[in-house]
Amino acid sequence: MGEKITIKRLNFFYGPKHALKNVNLAVGDREITALIGPSGCGKTTFLRCLNRMHDLYPGNRYEGEIILDGADILLPGLDLIKLRSKVGMVFQKPTPFPMSIFDNIAFGLKLNGRRDRRDAAARVEAALKVSALWDETKDRLHEPALALSGGQQQRLCIARAIAVEPEVILMDEPCSALDPVATAKIEDLMSELKRNYTVVIVTHNMQQAARVSDRTGFFMMGEVMEFGPTRKIFTAPANKLTEDYITGRFG
Amino acid sequence: MPNFLYTRRKITNYAALGASLLSAAFGVAFLVWILKDVLVMGAGALSPAFFTELPAPPGEAGGGLANAIGGTLLLTVIATAIGVPSGILAGTYLSEYGRGSRLASAVRFIADILVSAPSIVIGIFVYAIIVRPSGGFSAIAGAVALAIIMLPVVIRTAEEVLKLVPDATREAALALGAPHWKVTVFVVYRGAARGITTGVMLAVARVSGETAPLLFTSFNNSFWNWKLNEPVSTLTVAIFNYAMGPYDDWHAKAWGAAFLITAAVLFVTVTARLVVGRRHGG
Repeated sequence: MGEKITIKRLNFFYGPKHALKNVNLAVGDREITALIGPSGCGKTTFLRCLNRMHDLYPGNRYEGEIILDGADILLPGLDLIKLRSKVGMVFQKPTPFPMSIFDNIAFGLKLNGRRDRRDAAARVEAALKVSALWDETKDRLHEPALALSGGQQQRLCIARAIAVEPEVILMDEPCSALDPVATAKIEDLMSELKRNYTVVIVTHNMQQAARVSDRTGFFMMGEVMEFGPTRKIFTAPANKLTEDYITGRFG
Repeated sequence: MPNFLYTRRKITNYAALGASLLSAAFGVAFLVWILKDVLVMGAGALSPAFFTELPAPPGEAGGGLANAIGGTLLLTVIATAIGVPSGILAGTYLSEYGRGSRLASAVRFIADILVSAPSIVIGIFVYAIIVRPSGGFSAIAGAVALAIIMLPVVIRTAEEVLKLVPDATREAALALGAPHWKVTVFVVYRGAARGITTGVMLAVARVSGETAPLLFTSFNNSFWNWKLNEPVSTLTVAIFNYAMGPYDDWHAKAWGAAFLITAAVLFVTVTARLVVGRRHGG
């Protein structure tokens, strides 16, 4: 399959701190790309470059190119709102908005200019079905989202991201705050999402990367040590460091 | 551990507990005393006429403080209409837009000073900028003075409460492609709504009990007045005048007004606390 995002010679700086060093990487269209590596290695920093989340805070600087569908998203003057509605994000900790389950998803719909109430109901239902949350919430759509369990909240956040109809979904350790049952549900969901979306996921869980992803990138100290098809990374890593990390010898 | 150490710890513990209990009781005792006096002396002074009639001429019994009740309501409503929206917007700037900016630190610093500014100073300030140029005491001058007293309180509470909304929530909304203002209005305000309501109610309660700034601004009036450019009677100024007057009936009226205003402030404050309690309760 083709490439959705191509990252060329990406460098990123938190003020004076050089956080990403010459990153080259290709995210496949409608594939799952997993990013692994020890804490502080730059995977999350890299993920947050893909929707330019770093722009929220002053002093951050990018160098290089991130080509999404043929256009460099690092060019100055880029419409960040457009970019972010095309590249959605799910965070490490569930981030439900302080409103009802229904309104959480409707918020994204309204951003897309969909204001029709009946249409919204159908779209909310569709989004909740994709994230496998519909059966658990259909009778309590107007209850506060904060009353849901952690796993349900995370699936709600995925539903909310989907409702905006993005093309790429970034997931920053989406299961790290969840129990194994909720994790399994989210992993099933990821394989489901692959049909229509390009997914990039940061994970600390080696098995998870091996189970769900098509490509894997191994980060260390801001550099990509190895990048390639997941099967190859996990069965025949070219780099000794990759092997040591995935076999649990450090990290 | 040797026994005597246990004993010493127990004694220290009881001593500290006793001292803090005594201090608490000392503070609460005065509050209860005030409330008891206001209740006993004030409740007796209330009658239907108190709420419906104008003040009787000096020295005559009877009459009421209907105009002062109306005046206090009028001033509080106008002050709220001026002070609350601008306060919330300024708080929004501090929390959502001006983080780390010099203007924001300056505004925050000035608001902190204004919170503790004596209210009589604000009364004199409004006297100088409105009462003197306009040629006389007026309801609007009183309302502006109260609004200025409210403003820093609302700014700082709004800022604090908005900051309680986690940045992760803001990031999540921005990551959906929401513009900054929509994130603020539809997500952050939703999360802070109860806290802001509480802050506003406490600010309203605070200014509705102010007297000093009104002496210089809205002054007093023995009759009904809804005109903003004329003096207006208020409960607090009525207390001030009546309590120092020579007639027993005036003293009773002052107690009645004190009771009314205390009850109203208590009501607003307790309601605000209940709102907060519900938030923490889930």
